[in-house]
Amino acid sequence: MSDLTIKNLRKSYDALEILKGINLEIKDKEFVVFVGPSGCGKSTLLRTIAGLESATSGSIYMDDKDITDAAPAKRDLAMVFQSYALYPHMSVRENMSFALKLAGIEKSEINRKVEEAAQILKLEPLLDRKPKALSGGQRQRVAIGRAIVRKPKIFLFDEPLSNLDAALRVNMRLELSRLHQELQATMLYVTHDQVEAMTLADKVVILNDGRIEQVGSPLELYEKPCNLFVAGFMGMPKMTFLEVTVTAIAEGNVTLKLLTGAEITLSRPGLNVQTGSQLTLGIRPEHTVLCNAGAGNLQASIEISEELGSESYVYVKTNANEAITVRIDGEQAVPKSGSLVGLNIAPGKCHLFDKQGIAI
Amino acid sequence: MFSIKNKEFLITVVIGALSWLVALLIFFPIFWMFLTSFKTEIDAFATPPTLFFTPTLENYTLINERSDYWHFAWNSVVTSLGSTFIGMVIAIPAAYSMAFFETKRTKTTLLWMLSTKMLPAVGVLVPIYLLFKDFGLLDTKTGLIIIFTLVNLPIMVWMSYTYFKEIPKEILEAGRMDGANVLQEIFKILLPMSKGGLAATVLLSLIFSWNEAFWSLNLTAFEAAPLSALVASYSSPEGLFWAKLSAVSTLACAPILIFGWLCQKQLVRGLSFGAVK
Repeated sequence: MSDLTIKNLRKSYDALEILKGINLEIKDKEFVVFVGPSGCGKSTLLRTIAGLESATSGSIYMDDKDITDAAPAKRDLAMVFQSYALYPHMSVRENMSFALKLAGIEKSEINRKVEEAAQILKLEPLLDRKPKALSGGQRQRVAIGRAIVRKPKIFLFDEPLSNLDAALRVNMRLELSRLHQELQATMLYVTHDQVEAMTLADKVVILNDGRIEQVGSPLELYEKPCNLFVAGFMGMPKMTFLEVTVTAIAEGNVTLKLLTGAEITLSRPGLNVQTGSQLTLGIRPEHTVLCNAGAGNLQASIEISEELGSESYVYVKTNANEAITVRIDGEQAVPKSGSLVGLNIAPGKCHLFDKQGIAI
Repeated sequence: MFSIKNKEFLITVVIGALSWLVALLIFFPIFWMFLTSFKTEIDAFATPPTLFFTPTLENYTLINERSDYWHFAWNSVVTSLGSTFIGMVIAIPAAYSMAFFETKRTKTTLLWMLSTKMLPAVGVLVPIYLLFKDFGLLDTKTGLIIIFTLVNLPIMVWMSYTYFKEIPKEILEAGRMDGANVLQEIFKILLPMSKGGLAATVLLSLIFSWNEAFWSLNLTAFEAAPLSALVASYSSPEGLFWAKLSAVSTLACAPILIFGWLCQKQLVRGLSFGAVK
C-alpha cells in the first residue's frame, strides 16, 4: 500500500508563490494526471513530491509517514524526466542498474531485475548501447526502465512524451497504459496535453495558477466541470461560452435570452436564479447541430471550417459577434464560408455558470 | 569579374595565408631559441644573424656541468602537479555549487574571483613575501604550491563552472532520485560527464604553474627553485650569454611543450570554452 496525502502544500520562490495551498489524496495503484496550462505549478508540484524542491509550508505523507523534508532518495519514488536525463556516459544497462548499484544490491540480482525490465520494455537488444545511439522513443523507454527496476512506491512522470513526435507519442501513451496495468503501480503524471490526461488517468487533477481547480475521473471533469476554467480547459475544440440573461423561470424551466435576442429554454428544476441575472451558457461543439438557415435556436454565418476526415470543426459567428464552434461528422458536407446557417443547441447538454464562473 | 566559386577560393587562400603568417610569427621566437641553443656564443651574437652554422652541443654540456637541471625540473614537476591537484580539489566543489545551486550572488562572486587575476602581482608582493617569511614558506615547495594554487584557482573555478553549466540539471536530479549522495553525484555523474573540460582545466593549470616566473623568482632561491628560476639565473651577473640562455630555456620549455602538443586536442576544446564540440 502506498497512499500519498498532500496537505496544504505551498511553495514560493522569494515573493512569487507557485503553489498556493494544495490538498490532495492519491490512492494506491491510481494513475493520477496533473494537467494545466504552462506555469500553473504542475511540474513544481511533482518536483516537490519528488523532493527536488523543498516545500515552503504544508506537508506530504506517504502511508501516514511524513516525507515533507526527506531527501529524494529516501522517498522511494522514481521519476521520468521530460528530457529523459539519461546518464550519457553509461550504457543502457548501466543506466538502469545505477540506482540498484547505489543501493548495494547484489550483482546477479541487479542483472535479473534489469533483464526483466528490459523485457517488459523491449529493450533487450539495446542494453549495451550508449544513450546517444538511441532514438527518442528508445531513450524514453530507457528512462522508464530506469524507474521500473527500482520497483518504487510511486512513479513520477514529468511531461515524458512532449519531446516525441506525434505518432510515437500515441504509441508511448498506449505503452504507458499497458505498463500501469502490468505493474499495478501508483503513477503521477504531469502533462499540458489534455488528450494524455483523458486517456491515461484514473483521476485528473486540474491545476491553474497554483491551485487545484477540480479533481475527478476524466469523464466526470468533461461532463461536469465545476467552473469556467475546467469547462474551457477540457475538450478539443474548446467549449463555447455565450453570455445570457434569465428572462423567465417556471416549473423547473429556465428561459435564457442570448445576445442575438434568440431564446433557449433549459429544464433545470431547483435552479436558484432570479429573472434578469446574467449567466454564462456553455455548450460543447458536439452538442451543437448545424441546420438550414432560419431553423434552429440561433442564426449564424460560417467563418472557417477545419476538415479532419473523421470529423469537421465549423467555426461560426452570430450577428452579435459571438463565436461558436460546431463539430460535425466527417462525411457531412461543410457549408461554404460566409453562408448562413441555423444552429440547434441541445438544451439537455448545456452548462450554466454564474457570474463568478462557478457551475450551477 | 569573379564568379562566386572563385571568390570563395580566394577567400580561403587569403585566410589560409594569414593564419600561416600568424602561426609563424608566434612560432618564430621558439624556433630561434632552439636554433641559438646549438650555436657558439660568437655565432649567437653575430650581426646579421647566421642561419647556417656548425651546430654544437657545447651549451648543453656546460649547463649540465654548471647547474643541476634535474633538481629544478623536479621542483617544477612537484609544484605544478601539487598546485593543480589541490586547485582541482577546491575548484570542483566550488564550481559544482555555483553551477547547480545558483544564487543571486553567484555571478558576482565569479566575477570577483576572476578580477583578482587582473591585479598586478607585484602589488601584493610585499605582504605575500612577509607572510611567507613569517610562516617559514620562503624557498619551499609547499610555499610555491600554495601560491600557484591561489593564483590559478580563479581560472580553474571559472573553467569548471563553464563546463558544469553545460550539463543539464535534470541528469543530476535523476541521480539524486536514484539515491546518489552528493559525493556519488559528483564522482559518478558529474566528473565522468565533464572529463573533457576538466582535463583542459588541469592542462592549463599545469602549464600556467610550469611557466610561472614572478613568484618563483621572488619567493625561492635554490631549494625550491623551479625551471623558470633556472632560466633567469642565466641572464644575470656575468652579462648575457645568448647561446647558454637559449639552451637552458629550451630545456625548460621542452617538457611542457611536448606535453601540450600531446594534449592539444583537449587544450583547444578547453580554451574555446566548449564552443567547439
